[in-house]
Amino acid sequence: MTPPALVLASLLIPALGTVFVLLLRKNPNAREAASLVTAGVLFGTVLRVYRAVMAGDRPAIVLAEPIPGIPIELEAEPLGVLFALIASFLWIVTTLYAIGYMRGHHEENQTRFYTFFAFAIASVMGVAFAGNLFTLFIFYEVLSLSTFPLVTHAGTEAAKRAGRIYLGVLFSTSIVFQLLAIIWTYAIAGTLDFTSGGILSGRAAAGVVPILLGLFVFGVGKAAVMPFHRWLPAAMVAPTPVSALLHAVAVVKAGVFSILKITVYIFGIDFLTQVGASVWLMWVAAATIILGSLVAFTKDNLKARLAYSTVSQLSYIVLGAMLANASGIIGGGMHIAMHAFGKITLFFCAGAIMVVAHKTEISQLKGLGRTMPVTFFAFFIGTLSIVGLPPAGGSWSKWFLGMGALEAGQVGLVAVLMLSSLLSLAYLMEIPLKGFFYAPDEAPHHEGVHEAPTPSLIAIVATAVACLILFVFPEPFYELMTLVVTP
Amino acid sequence: MSEHYVILLVLVPLLASPLCIFSRNARAAWGFAVLACLTSLYLVFQVWAEVMATGPITYHIGDWAPPVGIEYRVDAVNAWVLLIVAVIGSVVAPYARVSVEREVEAGRIPLFYAAFLLCFTGLLGITVTGDVFNVFVFLEVSSLSAYGLIALGQDRRALTSAFRYLIMGSVGATFIVIGIGLMYVMTGSLNMADLAQLLPQVWDTRTIKVAYGFLAVGVFLKLALFPLHLWLPNAYTFAPSAVTAFIAATATKVAVYMLLRFFFTVFGAPFSFDVMRLDMVLLPLALVAIVTMSLVAIFQVNVKRLLAYSSVAQIGYMILGISFASVTGLTAALLHLFNHALMKGALFMCMGCVMYRIGSVHIDAMAGLGKRMPLTMAAFVVAGLSLVGVPLTVGFISKWYLILGALERGWWPVAILVLITSLMALVYVWRVVEVAYFQEFPHDEDTQEAPWALLIPMWALVLANVWFGIDARTTVASAEQAAQTLMGGAP
Repeated sequence: MTPPALVLASLLIPALGTVFVLLLRKNPNAREAASLVTAGVLFGTVLRVYRAVMAGDRPAIVLAEPIPGIPIELEAEPLGVLFALIASFLWIVTTLYAIGYMRGHHEENQTRFYTFFAFAIASVMGVAFAGNLFTLFIFYEVLSLSTFPLVTHAGTEAAKRAGRIYLGVLFSTSIVFQLLAIIWTYAIAGTLDFTSGGILSGRAAAGVVPILLGLFVFGVGKAAVMPFHRWLPAAMVAPTPVSALLHAVAVVKAGVFSILKITVYIFGIDFLTQVGASVWLMWVAAATIILGSLVAFTKDNLKARLAYSTVSQLSYIVLGAMLANASGIIGGGMHIAMHAFGKITLFFCAGAIMVVAHKTEISQLKGLGRTMPVTFFAFFIGTLSIVGLPPAGGSWSKWFLGMGALEAGQVGLVAVLMLSSLLSLAYLMEIPLKGFFYAPDEAPHHEGVHEAPTPSLIAIVATAVACLILFVFPEPFYELMTLVVTP
Repeated sequence: MSEHYVILLVLVPLLASPLCIFSRNARAAWGFAVLACLTSLYLVFQVWAEVMATGPITYHIGDWAPPVGIEYRVDAVNAWVLLIVAVIGSVVAPYARVSVEREVEAGRIPLFYAAFLLCFTGLLGITVTGDVFNVFVFLEVSSLSAYGLIALGQDRRALTSAFRYLIMGSVGATFIVIGIGLMYVMTGSLNMADLAQLLPQVWDTRTIKVAYGFLAVGVFLKLALFPLHLWLPNAYTFAPSAVTAFIAATATKVAVYMLLRFFFTVFGAPFSFDVMRLDMVLLPLALVAIVTMSLVAIFQVNVKRLLAYSSVAQIGYMILGISFASVTGLTAALLHLFNHALMKGALFMCMGCVMYRIGSVHIDAMAGLGKRMPLTMAAFVVAGLSLVGVPLTVGFISKWYLILGALERGWWPVAILVLITSLMALVYVWRVVEVAYFQEFPHDEDTQEAPWALLIPMWALVLANVWFGIDARTTVASAEQAAQTLMGGAP
């Protein structure tokens, strides 16, 4: 296949996957095999796109032209490839995990679950490879819609309420702010194509740029910048594989990815620095980082704590984008990868604890590490990566973000980064500590509790090991990101 | 032959109408109606294609030369509106058979089709003619038959709604004919092109300004511009489903066309916007209509009435586009004319299907219908998303141009208001979706999907919503050409 066909294929493969899942609904084993094979083939396809892009190619393909001059266009460029690589690889792992989880938890409507899961991945690929803002917006909305049945999967009153918040926040921000910003951009620049160096430089008045950028940052509700973060904790009613892949990786990263992409290819980092338009948003991101961490402290529910940790961590990437210099962008891009692997590990562990030991609150975890040592050790490694400590991959992205803050002359932001690392160390480390070093409360402790089902355990170990590997081997992501900032 | 297409497209349904009555047979009458609509559609399509390719067509009735004789004149603007009316008529007519058998007394069905064809004729006639008095004649043809159609509704309240529409509509028509009369007094002409030449000489007279006022209010009544919309919600709610689908998708659109024709072609954009400051009237009324009517729609429990209020709000979007007084704004208005016909037509047809199976369109009665009538409710979801303006549907294309037009004028609060009201549309559409998909079905076990005779025409419109949302090149090109014609002044 030619590179443009490969880009198209990475959309079509998961879409076709939904068909196979539906056809094989009578036979769960074959159905799950179909999901796994689809995920594997997709990753292989994205790898080939990656090779083409590293060779300097920018494969593009136009699908339709709804409005004259504004096509629906796919184009693979380094940042999108980075996102697509992570999402497609983690889809394999998550499918593996989901097999153990969904069966162990006796969830209903599993076919619907796998169908919409594959469909959500197809829209994630669309977001990753969008060639212009319009295409990005379309797949962004499709992603919101396709994840809605996953969030409300349980069908309970609480799930429905959460679903309403989920769609409500994501739709209202994207329609009122993002769409306005997109049409405004079109009115100013006459184009919506992602172009290196941006399309607004020399066209937009200096006074307009900070407002426009603000509309984008708040309009991309999936980036969960406060005060538009409420949908993310609400989405935690979903089954854990959804929280893991979609609400720690695919959906939220689609948000921060969009902000990075808009910063680099619509505004252009030189133009932003020159106008100084992003300074106020740096502090909005910084506030979200700190406040998210503080709220995480107050949560005893494990998934809720992880959700607020994600809110806080996402703003690292927003901050990286708003720093608008090479180190900031590289740091932001690498944090997409590093946080993805770290946070998915944490969610996998939380899900395993829920399925096996039926514990959802942190205060119930005392001593559980002795019966589930692999899970809790994996949680420990994930924590290291989120906090940004060696020997885990997270240290690199924090390093570059810190550099970026210094280069931008914002010493205060370096302090914010430090403080937030300390906070996250405190609220995350509590869990493995409780697990390993506290005596269990109840006397006949955890009768019959053992490690997670084998497929899930494999997934947990795989992502935890990946966190460590990324410390010694971060080059692929680093190289992709240098391509982004040095066109 | 082909030069007579312009008159034939009106004559065919007009002549088929008495055939329906003489046949005295419901099936035969339906057959005549479908045949007449499809023939008109073919003729309209030929005319539209010719106008798009070679420019305006004129036709002199009985070969009497204008301005004395009646002239039919089709340019990019009315070719576009003709297409909307003919397409909707040709989709609703096949749909009507099953729906009307259920909702209208058997003996009156031939009369129903006769009135339907007269209404269709009237709407096409208003659109095709180049003579202002002829506009009035056809307006009465379409209005009187519409009152009759609405009165055929099952509910006894249909009679009072039809009567109220009759009063309000007649006041509107009278105002229009007064306006036309005053223009005739000042210029001695009824031909639109001729009037456009003669009027600038008498612009500054009070008579012409008064004529303008009468015409404006009359047309506002006809197109149900807030606060003259009071006849609309009940008329739409209690009319038979097929009638609601047809009238909602065409009658107000043709009234919007009348507004464009009178104020852009006959009086000319400079007079309307520089002298009479029409935009200062349209803009606030449109904004109030959009906001209040969307809000009212959210609290309705009868889904047909909900959609009716939404229609008043959507008409507000069209008027808003016109009030920008720019090519982009007019493009948005003209696009929405077509797009709104597609979405509201489809939505009211959904309600027809629901009515057919469960005999009610109350929101509580629709609980659990997502499982019982999956195709009908899926159509509602798609058309509803189009109403909200979700990308890849036609609703998005209209919103795009509308917001672009607002930003071009620098009216960014208007742009934000349009976006916020889209969210309000999401709320009222979502209310129905939630009831249909998340609640249990309380009715008898044997309620099934609607018959194919209803589903096929409905889905044709639903797919058109998606098709023209993914590839809007034709529609945008037509609307843009029409907008340029209007801004260019006299044809």
